[in-house]
Amino acid sequence: MSLTDRVLGDRQRLAYIASQAADVRLNVELETEGMTLNIGPQHPATHGTLRIIARLDGEQVVWAEPSCGYMHRGYEKLAEVRTYPQVTTLVNRIDWLGSFANEVPFILAAEKLMEVEAPPRAQHIRTILFELSRIANVSLFLGDLGVQMGAITPVFFAFRDREYVLNLIEGATGGRFHPNFDRIGGLKDDLPKGWIAETKAVMKKLRTFCDQIEDLLFGNEIFQSRTRGIGVIPKDIALQFGLSGANLRASGVDWDLRRDHPLPMAWNKADWKVWTHPDGDSFARCWVRLQETREATKIVDQLLDTIPSGPIMAKVPKIIKVPEGEAWVSTENPLGEMGYYVVSRGELGPFRVKIRSASFNNISVAPWALRGVYVPDIITILASLYFILGDIDR
Amino acid sequence: MMSMLAVEVPYWGQSLLRVLGGVVAVLLPAGTIVYVFLFKMMSFMQSRLGPMEAGPYGSLQLVAEVGKWLQKEDIIPERADARIFKMAPVVVLVSTFLLIAVVPFGPDAWFTNFEVGIFYALAVSSLSVLGILMAGWASANKYSLLGGLRAAGQLIAYELPMVLAVIGVVIQAGTMNLQQIVVAQNSGSIFGFDGLGNPYILTQFVGFVVFMIAIQAELTQAPFDMPIAESELVSGYMTEYSGFRFLIFFIGEFATAGVFSLLTSVLFLGGWGVPFTWFGWTDVDSVANWMNVAGPIIMITKMMLIAFIIMWVRFSSPRFREDQLQRFAWKVLIPVSLGNIALTSIFKVVL
Repeated sequence: MSLTDRVLGDRQRLAYIASQAADVRLNVELETEGMTLNIGPQHPATHGTLRIIARLDGEQVVWAEPSCGYMHRGYEKLAEVRTYPQVTTLVNRIDWLGSFANEVPFILAAEKLMEVEAPPRAQHIRTILFELSRIANVSLFLGDLGVQMGAITPVFFAFRDREYVLNLIEGATGGRFHPNFDRIGGLKDDLPKGWIAETKAVMKKLRTFCDQIEDLLFGNEIFQSRTRGIGVIPKDIALQFGLSGANLRASGVDWDLRRDHPLPMAWNKADWKVWTHPDGDSFARCWVRLQETREATKIVDQLLDTIPSGPIMAKVPKIIKVPEGEAWVSTENPLGEMGYYVVSRGELGPFRVKIRSASFNNISVAPWALRGVYVPDIITILASLYFILGDIDR
Repeated sequence: MMSMLAVEVPYWGQSLLRVLGGVVAVLLPAGTIVYVFLFKMMSFMQSRLGPMEAGPYGSLQLVAEVGKWLQKEDIIPERADARIFKMAPVVVLVSTFLLIAVVPFGPDAWFTNFEVGIFYALAVSSLSVLGILMAGWASANKYSLLGGLRAAGQLIAYELPMVLAVIGVVIQAGTMNLQQIVVAQNSGSIFGFDGLGNPYILTQFVGFVVFMIAIQAELTQAPFDMPIAESELVSGYMTEYSGFRFLIFFIGEFATAGVFSLLTSVLFLGGWGVPFTWFGWTDVDSVANWMNVAGPIIMITKMMLIAFIIMWVRFSSPRFREDQLQRFAWKVLIPVSLGNIALTSIFKVVL
């Protein structure tokens, strides 16, 4: 006995007919020339669980949309039931490749509310670790870029050289991926002995790595033909979608929070350059990141020479209670602008935290940038936009 | 070949021995050595050690891989066209085996001495793409389908420059028989200088380059690996395969690379031979009998050299986009190889 023969209520019958119609629609959809390709949630190119729904005509994308939320971990809510020192443990898991950089804006926001400022030595070391996490993050991007385009060798170089940076971060903080080193009012510890000399040696290695990547990848004709003129995001579109970081600078906007935003950090003590690129294509985004890695090594080198002596912790009470108020602090993280809006009601933990992470905005431009490209270009454009899944979904 | 044994072997016995010899000749050198050598080479390029656990310095890695894949479950997707799905890897492997049949390994060490050997080799090599298309279509998977269709497009684009590149060799040697192409190279001379013979890599360099690019595409190796394209299409036509069937594709890929390297060394590097003037030989009948043993070793050495180049390119370049690949094949490779044929013909007539 089939389903329709049974005695059904009108509502059920209608629902059944609707489901049949949906099946027919699906069949019609498969019969036509267009095809819906579901890239993800499990796919080698999304390094995480991002799903891209792409409507294809042959190999050309008619319409594509990223669908995120598969990795939502509810950090904003979790932060409400943690004390301030505990929150750093959470937030350095947002962008897991540059985790120290995630802690800094939150700590700065809390410090702003408490009206304390870290001593100069702590600010210096903070900035150095911040830039080291940027190098660790972006060097992996540079290697992964090759994998997305089928060249598997660069990624091994990237993993090899990132390891040196991770060792430095581990040496200073005790944690390779999740340092949890930043404290309100300063840092947990001072630098270990011999760390400065070793860091300088590693920075030299990283500069060699950048040269290698430039030769191996950026100089390659195939790489250039795959990225030049592909996924062009003009200046006004980039600003409208709220892109930040290297993606925005690659569209020709001279904007860097490290330079433009007065924060109690040590960036203004070093001499470095903000790179921009007029093209706004995939190549420009990758190129700007490569230059930024070089600049970051320069910043670290210069700051290492000028670390002031003094304490690494300001005077803060043992039990931290943040006075009532609201604060917004954002920094130029490896992926772009990352900010925390912290609302305090004078308790042990924040009342409400809003996290603005860069990847969510950077991926938002994807539907616009992916229209009319070919399937392989989806991958290169997404790779050049550079997102970390944890940073999208938080 | 059988006259060496000094015993009368019936025809079926000869065939059996040849099949066994073929299996040994394909599976051992083209599979194991190429596989281990290339894995090690690739690892050193990527500043890592590569396989180290299975056997001394990972030399038994292939055995370990086979053991691993044989244990895995053989999954056939529910919506798949089961019969074609099962046939596809076999078709790919068979085309590799058919290819080895015409490759000569020594003055008497060959499986079949085919008058139109190179024609046959190019014809059966196209069969593998049939298998890939079957796999792509029968998997009932969108990624596989895209991979299979890309492979078909690629074949049509690259089979033509490959054939055109070989025509230069055929004109110069005056024969399609692979054995005679080898003899022509080793007994030849370049403008009267015969110390090196006449390996066609020197006189047919353009053809060699076009042929190498075309076999790179034929083998679906980077920069032409769109049919597999692991970052876009997961694994392309192989996506749904597991266990033994995946193993056949996987080993087949390396074995085909090995066999194509053999073919290239026959066509452009003088095959099994050494320049005949070194030992005062004049033609194939006067070649010493020990070349039947030394020949295969020389062949394998040359095969490794070519395979090294193939893999070197593979591991250091990103991949083209599908339309860029087509443009490259039709607008660059085919005109270049046609020009090569014209030049070769002129030289052939003039000299």
